[in-house]
Amino acid sequence: MKLVRQITSTLLATLREIFDESAYERFLARHGVASSVSSYARFCREREAAKARRPRCC
Amino acid sequence: MPKWSKALLWIATSLLGAVALATIALHRGEAINAMWLVVAAVCTYAIGYRFYSKFIAAKVLALDATRATPAERLEDGRDFVPTNKWVVFGHHFAAIAGPGPLVGPVLAAQFGYLPGTLWIVAGAVLGGCVQDFVILLFSVRRDGKSLTEMAKSEIGKLGGFVAYVAIITIIIVLLGAVALIVVNALKDSPWGTFTIAMTIPIALLMGIYLRRFRPGKVLETSVIGVVLVLLAIWEGQSIAHHPTWGPAFTLTAPTLAILIIVYGYAASALPVWLLLAPRDYLSTFVKLGTIGLLAIGIVALRPTLHMPPLTRFVDGTGPVFAGKIFPFAFITIACGAISGFHSLISSGTTPKLIRRETETRMVGYGSMMAESLVAIMATIAACVLQPGVYFAINSPAGVVGQTADAAAATISSWGFPISAADMQVLAQAVGEKTLFNRTGGAPAFAVGMAHIFSNSLGGQAVMAIWYHFAIMFEALFILTILDAGTRVGRFMLQDALGHIWKPLGRTSWYPSILTTSALIVAAWGYFLWQGVKDPLGGINSLWPLFGISNQLLATVALCVATTIIIKMGRARYMAVTLIPLAWLVSVTFTASYHKIFDSNPRIGFLAHAAQLSAKAAGNPTSEVSHLILNDRLDAAVTGVLVVMVALILIESVTLWAKVLTGRRQLHTRETPFVMTRWVEERG
Repeated sequence: MKLVRQITSTLLATLREIFDESAYERFLARHGVASSVSSYARFCREREAAKARRPRCC
Repeated sequence: MPKWSKALLWIATSLLGAVALATIALHRGEAINAMWLVVAAVCTYAIGYRFYSKFIAAKVLALDATRATPAERLEDGRDFVPTNKWVVFGHHFAAIAGPGPLVGPVLAAQFGYLPGTLWIVAGAVLGGCVQDFVILLFSVRRDGKSLTEMAKSEIGKLGGFVAYVAIITIIIVLLGAVALIVVNALKDSPWGTFTIAMTIPIALLMGIYLRRFRPGKVLETSVIGVVLVLLAIWEGQSIAHHPTWGPAFTLTAPTLAILIIVYGYAASALPVWLLLAPRDYLSTFVKLGTIGLLAIGIVALRPTLHMPPLTRFVDGTGPVFAGKIFPFAFITIACGAISGFHSLISSGTTPKLIRRETETRMVGYGSMMAESLVAIMATIAACVLQPGVYFAINSPAGVVGQTADAAAATISSWGFPISAADMQVLAQAVGEKTLFNRTGGAPAFAVGMAHIFSNSLGGQAVMAIWYHFAIMFEALFILTILDAGTRVGRFMLQDALGHIWKPLGRTSWYPSILTTSALIVAAWGYFLWQGVKDPLGGINSLWPLFGISNQLLATVALCVATTIIIKMGRARYMAVTLIPLAWLVSVTFTASYHKIFDSNPRIGFLAHAAQLSAKAAGNPTSEVSHLILNDRLDAAVTGVLVVMVALILIESVTLWAKVLTGRRQLHTRETPFVMTRWVEERG
């Protein structure tokens, strides 16, 4: 049961990393703000600038 | 586990792998089960990971768990973030998995299932995984530097310049080739076109939901998006038969090409992030889900392969693309075996997330093994089809004939019986008007995938749904690659042009954005248009060109890796990168020679141009003149790339000789050693 929980939480953590949810949490922690429409908009702007330069593999 | 039982386990794994490899290599006559391919691949990966990657980690790279990584030293919560190794593994795999490992193996299946499978497995274990692993580690030891920066600092300025040119060329050729795959998959397909068109409003809805109602809840939003896309696929069948909407979504190849070019430009030049970011998430979600589903489907259903191990086309007369098994099988399958593009990801985001040096082995070597397994699954999807069906879908009209009857007769004459009526039944089953001449690999993969799933889940009744799901999945993430690739190309061009005139380098200056976007889109749009107009289907020219440029980038990456290994004072182990490098040099240089100079017009660009010229008897129409120009341009692009990579090879070999003979001091550009703060935690 412990192993299943561990696998599930790792899988969820991976998905949250891939889908930028963890990055958003880090952004909130870094800026000391709560989640809101405006903080998410700021996060998106910061993220988009970085993502746009990242090559996507074939 | 006791030592003797571990030894027994590995002996059993080796024996099982050997039996599986022998079965797929030596079996002739009756069809074999696809699980033999999976078992052979998984056992080889297990042995490769346990023994070969461990040897590289310990002896060649001397991974040091006590050395602080840039994620630890430069941690900023934004780019540099120490992350759990499994999370980095998933993140890295999601970044390297694209359409390449799906399309390449499908095209290479024209040689039979054997050559592709052996190359995917051996190429990955000895080449691709090694490249991804060592480049990741070397980037980690250099504060996450990119391949271009490492080439410049370790080899010389020429190295950096060649890497830059190779990268931008690959991006352009790749985008042209993958855009052609989408065009060929969607032409005259109202169902497929409607589904893809619907992803635009769905992504916009996702964007609004994400930004206005549930900030940051990307997973939740993506699940909603996937449900909406599934509804669009379901609704697509009624749209296809609708008297007004059906014809409205029935588009020709040139119309689709123009729409894709306009889309690419808009995505790069306009602030349309409300559309692009959610589409990106949706595409990743669908991609990971479909790969997982396909893996489960193959293992659970264990389909039979109908393609023979080797076909008559190993002699170079293949209809899908012309050229002998060597070197063309090895450039057609790049991403599943070894892909230069991966070295950009291994020296991009991933090194900034690695928590401990020792984890680069699992992330770099392990992720590429997973990607290679995806390529094996694509081979299976293509080879479960009856060979006649496979060739009918993948052969261009210029080779098999313009009508269904002519194509069926030609393919049957090769020993792969098929009739126009059989193909019509299949086309109706998947909800298409015809499946003839759907070159590019995506439709064949979709039919194979639909064939695997419809044998159990829902039966023939839902084959059309599975087919359009597969088409939607491929087209969606190819379009995501198109818009992301165009932006990356635009930034690279802006960086370069900024050296000539500073304002052009300013990424926020609109005239520069518009100009550089137009240049990049015009470049890949040209290749796309060339493919659409090519009587041989376009893929025959574009995919080898892409394969050559991608493998040439791998050559650059392996040059950098070998140089660093020598400079580290570990020249006795340089064979780990030198052997794959030598192999790639022989493959890419031979392929380039054939693509430029081969006297067969189906292979050599210049021979094809000469043939067209001779046919026109000195008075070519504008269309023929254009085809001749395309051939000469393709030959020139191939030639320039080969010359540049030859230069970097010469520069590297000269440097190695100097270092090995003591004329140059050993000096790498590694960041100085810093002890990790976690060393005490581990005791």
